[in-house]
Amino acid sequence: MKRGKIGYFFIAPATLHLAIFAIFPMFFSIYLSFFKWNLMTSVRSFNGLANYVYAFQDPLFWNAMWNSTKYALLSVPLGMILGLLVAILVNQKLRGITIFRTLFYIPAISSGVAISILWIYIYMPETGLINSVLGMLHINNKTDFLKNENLAMYALVFMSMWVGLGPKMVLFLAGLIGIPASLYEAAELDGASKFRSFWNVTLPMLVPTTFFVLVTSTIGAMQVFTPVYIMTQGGPNEKTDVVGYHIYVEAWSKFLIGIASAKSFLLLVVIVLVSIAQFKILKNQMEGYSAS
Amino acid sequence: MKKLLLYLVLTLLAVFLMAPFAWMVLVSLQPNKAPIPTLEHLIPSHPAWSNYSLVLFEQPTLPVGRFFLNSILVTFCVVFGQLIVSSLAAYGFARLQFKGRDWIFYLFLGSLMFSGPVTQLPVYLIIRSLGWLDTYAALIVPGVSSAFSVFLLRQAFMAVPMELDEAARIDGAGDLRIYARVVLPLSGAALATCSAFSFFAVWTDFFWPLLSTNSSSMRTLEVGLSVFKSSYGNTNWPLQMTATVVVMIPLLVAFLVSQRYFTKGITIGSIK
Repeated sequence: MKRGKIGYFFIAPATLHLAIFAIFPMFFSIYLSFFKWNLMTSVRSFNGLANYVYAFQDPLFWNAMWNSTKYALLSVPLGMILGLLVAILVNQKLRGITIFRTLFYIPAISSGVAISILWIYIYMPETGLINSVLGMLHINNKTDFLKNENLAMYALVFMSMWVGLGPKMVLFLAGLIGIPASLYEAAELDGASKFRSFWNVTLPMLVPTTFFVLVTSTIGAMQVFTPVYIMTQGGPNEKTDVVGYHIYVEAWSKFLIGIASAKSFLLLVVIVLVSIAQFKILKNQMEGYSAS
Repeated sequence: MKKLLLYLVLTLLAVFLMAPFAWMVLVSLQPNKAPIPTLEHLIPSHPAWSNYSLVLFEQPTLPVGRFFLNSILVTFCVVFGQLIVSSLAAYGFARLQFKGRDWIFYLFLGSLMFSGPVTQLPVYLIIRSLGWLDTYAALIVPGVSSAFSVFLLRQAFMAVPMELDEAARIDGAGDLRIYARVVLPLSGAALATCSAFSFFAVWTDFFWPLLSTNSSSMRTLEVGLSVFKSSYGNTNWPLQMTATVVVMIPLLVAFLVSQRYFTKGITIGSIK
């Protein structure tokens, strides 16, 4: 391998770009979180830790944090289970199986705004797709899913499973294909049932895939924005006011730049801590399996 | 028997995943301003294809055709820019040695964690201080390099045998030549994967174009669609669904063309 300075020439554009559009903004955001500012004035007044104190005492911020946590706790495990089941399904040797794989991926490549608008109509009372089907079955078809305090969050979670299936399926499928057939043959020789070999071969071998899917989908779920912005605007009664949307409103409707920066930094800390916790837990799992 | 059951489950699942799209298309063909039809009347007796020309060309306040062109221009520039900037960096990280290389590469990896909501506001301020708000520069420049592309291409470039570089060097080739004539041509699949990922990320990006533009002539399709929704929200469903179909079709075509690069993802790049 060649040594020298030419390497800097190759990485210069990307590194400069990274510095300007990722690293500097990161620190600038922390800096802003100590100031009181409304974006319009040229003067920013230093505010010490007041923005953080405000954030900690703001019940709407905690409500938003809880809503995002609830969204992640529901949509991530349900989405992963569905993804794994569908991956097993499309891993069968069947004629035309690639057509199903393609179809199952399509919701994931769709535009977030288009999907959100589509699902507003799907969830509408009486004429919406779900209520039309219920009406044909002579079941109550007047539920306004997105305006019902008890249902709106679940409506968003259900939609997220529909949208997020494709990538999870593909990742689990890659994991399944990567499991050496010899392991299953060995399990069969030991007289293991299908269920046992799934439990003792498939699942342990999928731990690295599971880890990747878990971490990336949790990060995504904690930052969900577009469906809430388009479909519920945080309503009804702040029941779907997730933290990504809450911070957006603080910054871009109320122009509380310092407070919004403090809150997004707190969100980042939570996301990093959750990712580290997931890493620790699954690392123990992996070591546990390789030891046994 | 088992096969039949499998096909049944797969078909049910496909119906669950595809029904919303079918419904979207059928509503888009209802007469302009018609209410949402009941299921029995979902298939229009006279499909209103004119909705499409209405949405694309005849909305003076909502120039969907213009949104479309903006999206094409912005996506093309970002994808092309990313291919060049990220592949140059990936070549440096994968095949050259210099002081601090690994350390700088970890910065790229780390930035994947904290992109998004935390950095959007400062990026907005940077673009504002450059006077770029509501211009193509605002939509394009922040996207022309991506840490993810650098990472993906670096993996692919590392799989190209080093001996090829040595041979080219003996023939008197410099690094730029090796990059352009040896490494890039052997990494076609990775470059395609990279383009596919960034195409979909840019075309469907919502948050950044929403913040950085405000005149309707600068909106991309994705943001334009949300404006369309606020204007037609609960009054004109067929037109609303027509606009949604217009946004979806390029994505669907692009997916069908590029899907093999999608599913291969990060694992590709090894030459045989």
